[in-house]
Amino acid sequence: MTHKRVYGYLAEFKSASALYKAAEKVRDAGFRKWDCYTPFPVHGLDAAMGLKRSILPWFVFFGGITGTITAFTLAYSTQVLIYPTVVQAKPTNIFTIPSFFPILFELTILFSGFTVLFGLLGLMQLPRLNHPLFGSKQFHRATDDGFFIAIEARDANFSANGTRDLLAEIGGENIELIEEEEN
Amino acid sequence: MASSTETAPHQDSGIKIPVLKREKLILNDRSYHWITDRVCGIIENRQPLLWWLIFLPSALIALIGVGGGLTHLVSSGVGVWGMSNRVFWGFDITNFVFWIGIGHAGTLISAVLFLTRQNWRTSINRAAEAMTIFAVICAGIFPAFHVGRVWFAWFLAPIPNANAVWQNFKSPLLWDVFAVSTYFTVSLIFWYLGMVPDLATIRDRCKPGIRKILYGIFSLGWRGGNRQWSHYEMAYLLLAALSTPLVLSVHSIVSFDFATSVVPGWHTTIFPPYFVAGAIFGGFAMVLTIMIPARFIYGLHDMITMKHIDNMAKIILLTGTIVGYAYLMELFVAFYSGAIYEMDAFKFRIAGPYWWAYAAMMSLNVLSPQVFWFKACRENLWVIMFVAMCVNVGMWFERFVIICTTLARMFLPGDWKTYSPSAVELMTFVGTIGLFLTLFMLFLRFLPCINIAEVKWTKLESDPHFEDNESHPDKGTETITSYQKELVDAKI
Repeated sequence: MTHKRVYGYLAEFKSASALYKAAEKVRDAGFRKWDCYTPFPVHGLDAAMGLKRSILPWFVFFGGITGTITAFTLAYSTQVLIYPTVVQAKPTNIFTIPSFFPILFELTILFSGFTVLFGLLGLMQLPRLNHPLFGSKQFHRATDDGFFIAIEARDANFSANGTRDLLAEIGGENIELIEEEEN
Repeated sequence: MASSTETAPHQDSGIKIPVLKREKLILNDRSYHWITDRVCGIIENRQPLLWWLIFLPSALIALIGVGGGLTHLVSSGVGVWGMSNRVFWGFDITNFVFWIGIGHAGTLISAVLFLTRQNWRTSINRAAEAMTIFAVICAGIFPAFHVGRVWFAWFLAPIPNANAVWQNFKSPLLWDVFAVSTYFTVSLIFWYLGMVPDLATIRDRCKPGIRKILYGIFSLGWRGGNRQWSHYEMAYLLLAALSTPLVLSVHSIVSFDFATSVVPGWHTTIFPPYFVAGAIFGGFAMVLTIMIPARFIYGLHDMITMKHIDNMAKIILLTGTIVGYAYLMELFVAFYSGAIYEMDAFKFRIAGPYWWAYAAMMSLNVLSPQVFWFKACRENLWVIMFVAMCVNVGMWFERFVIICTTLARMFLPGDWKTYSPSAVELMTFVGTIGLFLTLFMLFLRFLPCINIAEVKWTKLESDPHFEDNESHPDKGTETITSYQKELVDAKI
């Protein structure tokens, strides 16, 4: 027999503008564990939710530097240290570095690209196969034309009636209690 | 940051500055649901007859041309590609440069137009990126197989081997290996990440079953929460910023293959910008070639509007003119250099046995796009398709002129030959066209061919301040926007 645990409340809002205003109110009510679900990125919602700028660029910066260093190590060790080849009278010492530039550049981009991919997945905590919200009857519209706010029960400010009333007060419709199965 | 957002409508606007109205990117005020329905409908419904009429022959051509041609090549040796002389690899490298160039428009649309905030890109970027991926796959076939023993292609990778020989990092050919493989990988990441929210849209519309599981896996469990969008948009911006210099570097490095040699006609500094402009030019023509029929077959007129086509026609006109300038400047520099070998190389191109290729290049690439100066021509789809076809052919001839005519008259008279491709070579080239179309048709069948999320985002009501503007007395159309208000306050 499986026990159900409350995940949180889900409420629908009728437009991006309505969602934006509601998000400001949820933010001001002091909630932390909640999110706005939209079919497209709504610009300005980060500030309305009180989110900070993404830290992904820092990951990518260090990923890119790793790429540059890798490329230099590869080129220098093979062309100068291990297997010096004289081609077109070019030097076989550190001064041959201009001809390494294209590969330094390409590997910088390649490593940065991979860092974007894996850094993003890490920050989004994806991939995952399921989520309590997918149990909702209306949540499939979040990728079509629905605008939702979900407040999680994990939040310290969460209370079964209070949160529901708050969502109704700020214009939420079709308020739904989302439950997840307890392991 | 958090507390500084403002929701109250501007009521204090006394001064009005007329703002130029933007042309709508989505016609007929289509709803969000309509956009979802129309794009996902392509995947969910049966394919129209025309789809099968293109897919089946293309797949057959790809199978015979690429599958059969390469099997024959590998089992018999590069002799079947006629590689008995230095000129004879020219055809394969022509095809390589042709395909890789086509890919570049996809990156340009997805990355450069994103950085410059050209919102009209949203309707066409997905298909253009798919085109990039497929074109690079077609391109890769030629250099990989023209080396002869393709099972030794891993010698190109810098990994320790039994011969204790390392690659020459000073060679443009090795730069090319790194550039093209990086380009393919980063383009694939860009394309896939851009598609994740749309795959989630398809997942959420599927009935439970194998389709839902597959789309579910590939959409990574995307929920569209703003905590995800926030990182996602940053990732998209970063990839755009990485791809922009990347796309410029790839075709520059392809041109280094020629420009760093001492061959007359190749040894010029104009090559990198000339190649990049040509790549964008040819790529946009290919985008039009495939998008105009797709728009017609699937009824996407409200999302890919005449405005989009008009913009692309203008880019073709611009880049075609840049390419024309490069052709003429090349001739002038050859004349001005006073170098007899250089001058002879160009005389040979224009008036030698390959004059027809040069004439085709000049007329198709430089003259045919000039019709786009006229609005009537940019509005007539038949004219646009005709010019796009001219450019596709013309850009192939450009590479043929640069590569084959030059190789046919190098310094050693013993090498002088008049070139014609072997039957197997031709078959493989036609096969890659089939492969490209096959992959593109499968893309239309299984993946969202229009960026659903971004197209929705271009709608006016997607702006969170839209309703504030609407409630304003003049509906926000002519009211001073915040930055203009600052200008007025500062009395500039």
